[in-house]
Amino acid sequence: MLNTLLKATITGLLCALISTVYADSRADPRADKDAFQGYFKEKFPSVEFNDFQNGVYAIDPASREQWQEIEEFPPYELAIKEGQKLFNEPFNNGKTYVDCLPDGGIGTAQSYPRFDREKGQVVTLALAINNCRVANNEKRLPYKQGEIAALLAYLAYTSRGKPFEIKIETDGALAAYQKGKTFYYARRGQLNMACAHCHVDNAGKVMRTDILSPGIGHVTHFPVYRARWGSMGTLHRRFEDCNKKVRAKPFKAQGEEYRNLEYFMAYMSNGIGANGPGSRQ
Amino acid sequence: MRSAKTTTFALSAVFIMAGSAFTANSLAAVDYASDIQQGKKIAFSRSKGNCLACHAIAGGKLPGNIGPPLHGIKKRYPKKNRLRAQIVDATVNNPFTIMPPFGKHGVLTEDELDKVVEFIYSL
Ligand code: HEC
Ligand code: HEC
Repeated sequence: MLNTLLKATITGLLCALISTVYADSRADPRADKDAFQGYFKEKFPSVEFNDFQNGVYAIDPASREQWQEIEEFPPYELAIKEGQKLFNEPFNNGKTYVDCLPDGGIGTAQSYPRFDREKGQVVTLALAINNCRVANNEKRLPYKQGEIAALLAYLAYTSRGKPFEIKIETDGALAAYQKGKTFYYARRGQLNMACAHCHVDNAGKVMRTDILSPGIGHVTHFPVYRARWGSMGTLHRRFEDCNKKVRAKPFKAQGEEYRNLEYFMAYMSNGIGANGPGSRQ
Repeated sequence: MRSAKTTTFALSAVFIMAGSAFTANSLAAVDYASDIQQGKKIAFSRSKGNCLACHAIAGGKLPGNIGPPLHGIKKRYPKKNRLRAQIVDATVNNPFTIMPPFGKHGVLTEDELDKVVEFIYSL
């Protein structure tokens, strides 16, 4: 009896403690980021901080070697060229992306997603591209592959080496960040797993044959040419795959959920150099 | 004539009964072994248990290393129902676990769970 009471009290106290810590961290993206990055630095002490941009190849020397050979003739090179062509092609009204993307688009990938105060929502670079098209009476591009991936590959390329610098400056931005964070830690699907289960708690471990990559640096190298896809794909295409893996219904590419998720993830990668596009198995 | 018939009848009834008792017994043994065999199949199948994704298990290829290797299970779980509970819903023991709640979320049916338990218990 006493034992049960004691246990209950301790559990109660622990819960109170955990929720206090949680409540505090909710409002403080910077503290979240320091803790997130600190966790991975401690877990992988031999990885140089900026090298987390390379995903699983930062932590697995064996697959890194194979990957480096592939990168000598990168399978995304064509996409960069196609993206450049598409980017410079004027719309029917004679204007171009440079006229309408914020800051001209070139060399800005590391600053996306941004929070748009007027629209009250997170704007990813992919969404900015389509917003730009719609403003110039062009059709929206589909978000998972094809022309959008080529455009993003080109723009990512023009940002290479620039450290990620995501900003959270308003209450609206903070709320969107918070939603993204909640998504990242929420269990989902029949298999009941959160992003954090695989890419935080178990990063570096082997799931069947896959080494799980660290969640830090996930956004820096997208879009990617993925051998399993046999084509270029966007970050949100990859989100869909990871949702399906746990038998959860994926969300819409560039829907609010994935944009907020990307906002959170990109903020967690602040300070790491942009290195997209990439190639993956 | 009549009584001879009855005797034969009675005798064969005894034979049939004995026969069926015998069959039932060996069937139970066969069933048990085949439960373990079927449990193994379910545990190893990617679309069912996929336990190998996270656990090394004797006889299984390309295991992951997220959970502990599964062997000497009877020592860890002398009671089968506790082992079953761990597979039905691992979050009861550890709210933060990555291990899927195979029973609670209907990943495996009751029958499949029983067989997986027999298999894991045999390790
Ligand atoms: C069941 C485990 C699992 C879960 C849960 C999971 N992932 Fe993954 N994820 C993987 C595996 C395996 C890969 C491929 C190997 C690697 O790079 O980690 C991967 C790859 C990725 C990649 C590509 C990494 C790269 O360098 O190209 C991203 C981005 C990603 N996951 C994001 C997410 C997000 C966001 C969630 C939650 C919505 C999530 N994952 C949930 C297992 C998982
Ligand atoms: C996604 C990973 C994952 C999968 C899939 C998985 N497990 Fe686990 N399992 C774990 C982890 C991690 C533990 C360690 C305990 C914990 O997390 O609470 C564990 C613990 C266990 C234990 C307790 C072991 C001990 O020594 O206490 C048993 C038994 C077990 N799992 C059986 C299974 C069976 C059977 C399956 C498939 C039907 C399975 N697991 C699938 C991750 C997994």
